[in-house]
Amino acid sequence: MKKIVHILENGSGKDARTGFKLLGLVFFVALWLVPAMGQENTDCFACHNDKTLTGTKKGKSFSAFVDQKKFSESVHAALTCVSCHTDLEGKELPHAEGLAEVQCGTCHSSEQDQHSKSLHGKAVARGDVLAPHCRDCHGKHDILSAKNRLSPTSVLKVPFLCGKCHTEGSPVTSQRTIHQDHILENFSESIHGQALFQKGLIVAPNCVSCHTPHSILPHTDPASSIARRNIAATCTKCHAQIEVVHRKVIRGERWEKEANTLPACVDCHQPHKIRKVFYTQGMADKDCLRCHEKPDLKSSKDGRSLTVRNDELGYSRHQKVSCSQCHSEVSVSHLRPCETITKKVECSSCHAEIAQQFQVSVHGKLTGKNDPNGPTCKECHGTHGVLGKLSPNSPTFSINIPGLCARCHREGQKAATRYTGAQHEIIEHYTESIHGKGLMKSGLTVTATCTSCHTPHSVLPKSDSLSSVNRKNLPQTCGRCHHGIEEQFERSIHATLVGKTDKPLPVCNDCHTAHTIRRADETGFKLEIMQQCGRCHEAIAKTYFDTYHGKVSQLGYTKTAKCYDCHGAHDILAIADPQSHLSRQNVVATCQKCHAGATRKFAGYLTHATHHDPQKYPFLFWTFWGMTSLLVGTFFLGGIHTLLWLPRALQMKRAHRKQREKENKGKNGNNKEA
Amino acid sequence: METTKKPDSTSPGISAPETQGAGSEKQFLRFKRLNRILHIVMIVSFMSLALTGMTLKFAYTGWAAFLSRLFGGFESAGYIHRLAAVAMIGIFVTHIVDVVRMKKQYYTSWRSFIFGPDSMLFNGKDLRDLIGNFKWFVGRGPRPAYGRWTYWEKFDYFAVFWGIAVIGSTGLTLWFPEFFTRFIPGSFLNVATIIHSDEALLAVGFIFTVHFFNTHLRPEKFPMDIVVFTGRMTLDELKEDKPAEYEALVNAGKLDEYLVEQYPPVVIKVTRAFAWTALCIGFSIVIWIIYAMLFAYQ
Repeated sequence: MKKIVHILENGSGKDARTGFKLLGLVFFVALWLVPAMGQENTDCFACHNDKTLTGTKKGKSFSAFVDQKKFSESVHAALTCVSCHTDLEGKELPHAEGLAEVQCGTCHSSEQDQHSKSLHGKAVARGDVLAPHCRDCHGKHDILSAKNRLSPTSVLKVPFLCGKCHTEGSPVTSQRTIHQDHILENFSESIHGQALFQKGLIVAPNCVSCHTPHSILPHTDPASSIARRNIAATCTKCHAQIEVVHRKVIRGERWEKEANTLPACVDCHQPHKIRKVFYTQGMADKDCLRCHEKPDLKSSKDGRSLTVRNDELGYSRHQKVSCSQCHSEVSVSHLRPCETITKKVECSSCHAEIAQQFQVSVHGKLTGKNDPNGPTCKECHGTHGVLGKLSPNSPTFSINIPGLCARCHREGQKAATRYTGAQHEIIEHYTESIHGKGLMKSGLTVTATCTSCHTPHSVLPKSDSLSSVNRKNLPQTCGRCHHGIEEQFERSIHATLVGKTDKPLPVCNDCHTAHTIRRADETGFKLEIMQQCGRCHEAIAKTYFDTYHGKVSQLGYTKTAKCYDCHGAHDILAIADPQSHLSRQNVVATCQKCHAGATRKFAGYLTHATHHDPQKYPFLFWTFWGMTSLLVGTFFLGGIHTLLWLPRALQMKRAHRKQREKENKGKNGNNKEA
Repeated sequence: METTKKPDSTSPGISAPETQGAGSEKQFLRFKRLNRILHIVMIVSFMSLALTGMTLKFAYTGWAAFLSRLFGGFESAGYIHRLAAVAMIGIFVTHIVDVVRMKKQYYTSWRSFIFGPDSMLFNGKDLRDLIGNFKWFVGRGPRPAYGRWTYWEKFDYFAVFWGIAVIGSTGLTLWFPEFFTRFIPGSFLNVATIIHSDEALLAVGFIFTVHFFNTHLRPEKFPMDIVVFTGRMTLDELKEDKPAEYEALVNAGKLDEYLVEQYPPVVIKVTRAFAWTALCIGFSIVIWIIYAMLFAYQ
């Protein structure tokens, strides 16, 4: 319509030479206008209000439906369709497919201008398929004012609008170079995001407050709102008095003389993470260290040293965390900012998830009750020098963990004296166990240590069904490292899902123990494991010891078939199961592991035979009693014969002695005579 | 064989040449050298079999584990056991060959060999001697006039045949189970184990109690009858213990053929030491068996 008016104006202004010409023009315009005036929105909606209307664009079908109601509520409700779809102006209706792009810049020229210079606009110009057009943010026929809460460009919705593309895993973040990560998450956790989302402060900044809506430029571009030289101006749009706040750390004169050497806001207040992290050392911390660096600083209350070693902070995990982040409640305006501190350091303000785990753990419950025996975070992790668990100097480094836990759990220490269970000398046993040796002797940092089984923060007694060392959870716990074994075990007859019995089924520690776990190829383990099986399989273990295999192992030798050699160790299955090592199709191969020439008949050897069971093994029973009768009978006859003989033999012995004495006498007499 | 007079008569002759002193009084040769050697080898073999075998049979006693270690582990004990078994079979075969050779050398027919007075086979006189012996035990008659081989000696002799057959056959089955289970069911190995071990128990128990008493340790033979090692006994003993044989030899005028020189005292001492060692091992085994059967049985 604008164009028409324009033409009319032109016509009336320029060409006033002849009435004829004017008349001709008016006639022409009138002719031209007739159909044009007929292009009312209602004409368009005659077709486009049909939800089933489709068109094709670049070979793809799309819905050509336009919601008349939404359009009538939009900011463009007063405009006609052809105001934007200008290529349709004056065309016959219904029109052909393949309309030209709507040019918003025709009206919104300054925004269009900003956009085309911005990162987004340049991407559009490059033909980047991921580049956002006006409609991607503002919509098409349903455009609402940014002041309307329902608009995607309203204050509260902007982060989600931007987040559509700028979120982890989206094509934009994965295929284009974006220098920041987790932008949306970080923003929503930042003070700005929390104000916006949690407090609902619509004056709180969102993406466009800093990045501008249309002039989005990289921070390397000097014109960018987030360029180093502009960032202060951007921030001070809201934080007008911020310089006053910073006067403590940046001397006033530098603001004037060497402003270029000063840090920009984002150097300390990381973009998107504001307040969350990184007020670097040497800034606010210097104020604290002014006193706390002194080696003789002591608490006036209990005389404990309050010295903080700067070097300790330097290599700690928290080197980028400022004092006041942990020691909150400081008041910067005070001469001693710390004098307003009333609470102890609360690690959970950052480590919320871990703190939650800890609270329900047996340690956390004690601490929660203010029990002096309850360990706090710092007892394991230390204070200012806190290190990550991967740092060898950290008390939570795997090799140091047994020593760390031993501080309380060694016999006689506070945790051991409280403990009423059956596990004693835990530390000593662990040290001698395969895990302990692996960790402490072989220095294998991946070896299981206390926390591997008990977890670091969710330590619970084994009776607790949530405990990692509860019977129910133990296979999984061990399976975190011994996954292959766990898989075998979960399919075995001993697994709760497989074994159908009311009797308790064994889990890892029933055979391997908890803290005295040994190598499974150690002689002692190999021999003891049979006792372990025998605790439940009493009768069958006893009869095993009646056979050759059992007797050899009883003598203390392992080079013979033991329970697991035939039945399997973790993959024990019912003999009726075709997969079992002892099923009909596998048993011969199982025997052949040791007896190379074993045949099916050989496999008929009774490995659990007893001669005490006439029902089950009549052959053996009667053989045994036959042999025993023979033995008893022979001894009976032989014994009677011998016993009856004995008095006569003694009689003969006495007779011999008499005769010998007599002979000796005679001999002596002869000698005298001689 | 030492006589009751011996201690007095030898004491002055220790420094003198032994052949002189020893040659003064001839002794009756009861066992020839081959048989003496066989008996010694058999003792060694039997003891080895018993000790190594018992370690398995009584595996549940501490003693068994100790002995098994002493033998160098169950495998090494097993080798010793089988080696001794081979030796035992060797003794048996040697003896059978010798029996056949003896028959050829001294007897015209099997009949005279088997039924002659010196035969190892039981005969009517053995039955009479047995009855006579029981009468003598209870004081209802004189001591029977035993011949060259008494019935209890014959019993011991044939017990070896029985033992070799029963223990040997089951032992071979257990030695080569993979071979034998081609013909017999696997569970027969269990049966063979019971027969082998219980028959061995019978053999060991019998030898170390009844045989020891009957042949070596009868009070009148104190401290021990070692004729089976030296082969020699005095004529006095022969007259007293084997009156029928003595009489037969005197009547036939063949006694002089059997008279030989005595062994020098040092041989006797060594023999006694060996005999005592075997005896002690035997008795220890008996005590161990009693302990294992009565107090530690599982």
